Amino acid sequence: MKCYRLFIPYSRWRDAHPIVHSQKYHRRRRVCRLISKTLSKMALSSVLQSESADFSFNNDRSFSFGCRFGQTDLGFGAAPGDRLNFAIKASLGPDDKDGPERKIEFLHGTTTLAFKFQHGVIVAVDSRATAGAYIASQTVKKVIEINPYLLGTMAGGAADCSFWERLLARQCRVYELRNKERISVAAASKLLANMVYQYKGMGLSMGTMVCGWDKRGPGLYYVDSEGNRVCGDLFAVGSGSMYAYGVVDSGLRQDLSVEEACELGRRAIYQATYRDAYSGGQVNLYHVHSEGWTRVSQEDVLKLHHQYQEPKK
Amino acid sequence: IYDRAITVFSPDGHLFQVEYAQEAVKKGSTAVGIRGKDIVVLGVEKKSVAKLQEERTVRKICALDDHVCMAFAGLTADARIVINRARVECQSHRLTVEDPVTVEYITRHIATLKQRYTQSNGRRPFGISALIVGFDSDGTPRLYQTDPSGTYHAWKANAIGRSAKTVREFLEKNYTEESIATDNEAIKLAIKALLEVVQSGGKNIELAVIRRNQSLKLLESKEIETLVTEIEKEKEEEAEKKKQKKST
Repeated sequence: MKCYRLFIPYSRWRDAHPIVHSQKYHRRRRVCRLISKTLSKMALSSVLQSESADFSFNNDRSFSFGCRFGQTDLGFGAAPGDRLNFAIKASLGPDDKDGPERKIEFLHGTTTLAFKFQHGVIVAVDSRATAGAYIASQTVKKVIEINPYLLGTMAGGAADCSFWERLLARQCRVYELRNKERISVAAASKLLANMVYQYKGMGLSMGTMVCGWDKRGPGLYYVDSEGNRVCGDLFAVGSGSMYAYGVVDSGLRQDLSVEEACELGRRAIYQATYRDAYSGGQVNLYHVHSEGWTRVSQEDVLKLHHQYQEPKK
Repeated sequence: IYDRAITVFSPDGHLFQVEYAQEAVKKGSTAVGIRGKDIVVLGVEKKSVAKLQEERTVRKICALDDHVCMAFAGLTADARIVINRARVECQSHRLTVEDPVTVEYITRHIATLKQRYTQSNGRRPFGISALIVGFDSDGTPRLYQTDPSGTYHAWKANAIGRSAKTVREFLEKNYTEESIATDNEAIKLAIKALLEVVQSGGKNIELAVIRRNQSLKLLESKEIETLVTEIEKEKEEEAEKKKQKKST
C-alpha cells in the first residue's frame, strides 16, 4: 500500500488523504458484507471454506480499519510483509447433501469444561463432532496444546479455533524469545481476544478457554469470537454445558485433591454426554500445574457409563 | 522528499549521521544515573534559567510510568518525542499484557525506535542519549543507557552529556558496595559526581529518586542544598584527617 512505501503508519496516511481513504474503505466494507452474506447462505462445506478465505485479504481488511495489525509496537502483530496465507480445503466433514439453506455449525454441539482448584486447572472435553443429526466423528481433539504450559479448548468452528490458537502459539513463542520469560495467561488470552476482535461480525465462530499456570498461579480465561474475555474459576462451553455445570457446581471445592478434581471433571463431561445428543465419544482430561500441563486420561463414555451405572444395579 | 536516505554508510563503515548525533549529545548538559540497592537516582545539571523564565518548565527528568523514569542529554525537542512514544508504549503494554513494563522492555522499545530512525528514508537519528531507571515488578533496580545509534546497555552507574567521561571516571573510582549501602549514600554519590563538573554547586543540580514500590520523587532545592553542605563538610573532614596524618 502507498503508505508503506512512504514508511508512515496507515493512520497518518488516512488522515492526510480523507477522500481517497473514505472511498477505498467504504468500497471494501461493501465487498466484505457481500461476501459474508453469500457465504452464510451456503452449507457446511462452504462454512469451512469461508475459513479458507485468503488470509492476506483479511489482513488488508484489518489494516483498512485503522488497526495497526502489523505495526503494534509490542511486535505482536504480523509484519506487513508477513502475509498469512491459510487455505484449508473443506476435506473434513460430510458433503453438503442437506441443501444450500442449512447452516450447519460444527462443534457448537460439544461440551468443554475447565475449572481452577488449589493444584491448578482441570480441563475436560468430549470428542464428538456433529453435522446436524449426523455424527461426523467421535474422536475429535478439542484441546489444543498451545505450548507446554498453555492449553486452549475448542468450541464453535473447528478451523477457527485451531487456526487462531496455533497463531496464538506463534505469538506466545515470539513473546518468550523477545522477553526471555514465559507469557502470562492473561496476556496470551488478551492477544487472542484482540486478534479475533478485529474480525468481529465477519462470521468467526470460536468459544475457547485459555488455561495455564503463570507466576500469578493458575489462570483460566474464556475468550470468544464476540470479543468476550473473562477471567473465572469455572467455565463450561457448548450444548452440553448446562449438564456439566450441574455436576461441577455441586462437587467443586477449592481443597480438592488432583484425583478428586479429575474425577469431577470426568463425571461432569460424562453426564453431559449422557443427556446431550451432540456430545459424546471420549472424555479427554488434562491437568495444568506449575510445571505445565499433563494429559491425564482419555476414556470412552460407554466405559464410564458402565463404571458409574454398575453399582446402582 | 521521502526518497533520499540521509543515514548512509561511509566507505570505511561509519554511519556519520549517527556519529554526528552522538556529538550533539556530547554538547548537552550532563546527566548521571546511579543504581543503588533499594533506590535509583538520576541527577542532571540544570542550565541556568533566564530571569523571566518559569523554572518549572525546564524539566530534564521525566516519568515514563509509576515505576520508570528517564533523563536525557542532547536535543530537548527530540527527547520530547521519544518520551511521548515511551509513555504511550508503557500504557499500551499495561493494556495488552496486563502487567507494567519492565525497565528492559521499555529501554528496548526506545532503542528500537532510535534504530528505526537510523535506517529510514528522509529521517535523521534522534540526537539524544537517555538514562532509563526504575524497578521491575520483582523489585530489582535497573539502570539502562541508550544512545542515538539504537544500542542499549545496563549499567551500575553512568553519565551522559558534557564531561561525561570525567564523571564516569569519578564513578568508576567511587562506586563501591559501601558507597551505595544506604539510600542517602547513593544520593550523595550522585551529587558528588555532578559537583565534579557543575560550576556553581547545589543550585544547578536537579535530582530525582525512585524507591522500590514508590513513584518518582524530585528532590527540592532545599534538600539538595542540605546534602551539598553535608558533602562539603565531609570533604573538609577528609582533608583535615589527611593533614593530621601528614603532620604525624
